[in-house]
Amino acid sequence: MIKLLSSSKWKQLILFTVAVLLIPQILPSDYYFLILNIIALNAIVVLGLNLLIGFAGQISLGHAAFYGLGAYISGILTASYGWPIFLSIPVAVLTTAIVGLLVGIPTLKLEGHYLVMATLGFNIIVSIILVQWDAMTGGPSGLAGIPYLKAFSISIDSDRKFYYLVWAVLGVLFCLSLNLIDSRVGRALRAIGEDPISASALGIPVERYKVGIFVVSALYAAVAGSLYAHYVTFISPKTFDFFYSIEVVTMVVVGGIGSLWSGLAGAAILTMLPEILEIVKEYNVLVYGAVLMAVLVFFPEGLLPGIKKLWQKRQGQVHE
Amino acid sequence: MENKAILKLKDVSKSFGGIQAVKGLSFEVYSRNIQAIIGPNGAGKTTIFNMITGFYAPDAGEITFLGTTINKMPPNDIAELGIARTFQNLELFPSLTVLENVMLGCYVRNKLGIIKASLRLKSVQDTEKKVREKALEILEFVGLEKYADEPSGELPFGWQRLLEIGRALATDPRLLLLDEPASGLNPRETDQLGELIEKLRSDGLTILLVEHDMSLTMDISDNIIVMDYGRKIASGSPRQIQNDPVVIAAYLGEDIDASD
Repeated sequence: MIKLLSSSKWKQLILFTVAVLLIPQILPSDYYFLILNIIALNAIVVLGLNLLIGFAGQISLGHAAFYGLGAYISGILTASYGWPIFLSIPVAVLTTAIVGLLVGIPTLKLEGHYLVMATLGFNIIVSIILVQWDAMTGGPSGLAGIPYLKAFSISIDSDRKFYYLVWAVLGVLFCLSLNLIDSRVGRALRAIGEDPISASALGIPVERYKVGIFVVSALYAAVAGSLYAHYVTFISPKTFDFFYSIEVVTMVVVGGIGSLWSGLAGAAILTMLPEILEIVKEYNVLVYGAVLMAVLVFFPEGLLPGIKKLWQKRQGQVHE
Repeated sequence: MENKAILKLKDVSKSFGGIQAVKGLSFEVYSRNIQAIIGPNGAGKTTIFNMITGFYAPDAGEITFLGTTINKMPPNDIAELGIARTFQNLELFPSLTVLENVMLGCYVRNKLGIIKASLRLKSVQDTEKKVREKALEILEFVGLEKYADEPSGELPFGWQRLLEIGRALATDPRLLLLDEPASGLNPRETDQLGELIEKLRSDGLTILLVEHDMSLTMDISDNIIVMDYGRKIASGSPRQIQNDPVVIAAYLGEDIDASD
């Protein structure tokens, strides 16, 4: 028997669902759906990455590659080989997970900076393949003609339709992740993040869990990537270079490491920020950088936990 | 069965670079005994612990536990076989609560995969409940049940030591290795620790102890091994050790060779 969530989490989740359903009713233009959809895609990658970084304490700068593999494999299978999407996405996700396993086994023996370098190297290799393997990937000019998703007979060809799909996928993965971190596995992961030596002395198979959660995070990225491919229907290698890897890690850090809700906030804020900064025109990169620095200086534990702390402090003063 | 050796070291050696930390060491730990290892700093005591628990592989010799050779086993497999340890410098998970630390100790007997955990199956929840109950029992045993929900890093030092022992007990060990459990404790806490260790032994546990506190060691140990520069220089009952001239020389730095 599967009970999807512990009772204490239902409240948060119902709130989340209501918000997801209400937001479309109040949005003034369809342009905002595009942003919300990108937020959800980023949030899925960030969700997996947060399990890896925030819980198991392993940093990866290679997740754009998994995002890209998910997108390209499903894109190529459908656009070039005429596969149906209900087959191409699972194959893309599973293949990426296997790549994650093959990359994870040797690299997760490394620690700290070395792991960061190794995953970064992997990202660069994948980027080069996407650019150079012209015949298969379309090279630097990208891969076009990827079909839209189809649910039964409804083609998901608008921002609004995709919105419901992608937020539903995010919701399901979010529930699974909440369950995971709230279990013995979640505790074991946190133990590994804090003190791997002590964890192994307690009988926790440290290597296996590190690789396992790395594969899970790669899988989440591949899910997001394949959805992305069938959403925009045109993909090019630039989207999946290591700058995107840095971006998602930044979302994890800015939102607040080690809390799934904070990761969601991080994804939302950093996806919207460049859009908001359109008002400062050519200074937007400068201001973007300044905002990031300010967050990390004033809220080193992340935006959401930081604000929560400030709030509690204020509440405390009111009571006094 | 009282006198069965559950842990055997035979000619075990380990060196780091040019330094021989342990040389040709052999000893046995008998079931339901409190076996102590003493010796000056750098005598190789912690290295022995690290070899028994799989953090270092011995360069030579053999370590067997309950008939299984464990020389090259990884630490998590050794924990599963029934050896638990504490660390000289506490190695708790400070941001996890006191209860969570102990629950982690239960992990090895109640493993769980990532997929099952994500789906929150009924069986997962049932085990979780059992684990929680067992962890609370252990906290009660070490006297920390009132602090179950505190972050473990905020406990006073002496209690953290107790918690680390509790966490080790949660793995259901046959053999418990305690690395200087009394260091940093005040005399009263040390007395309580001694009582706790004796109680564990009377409950059927075997204990291997590295300790600098001589009065505690002499009080509770059945047998003591004395190490110096990686070698075993003496072993015997506390009384024999106290009167052994070689031991006295090692501790007081006398040159016993001068009399030869």
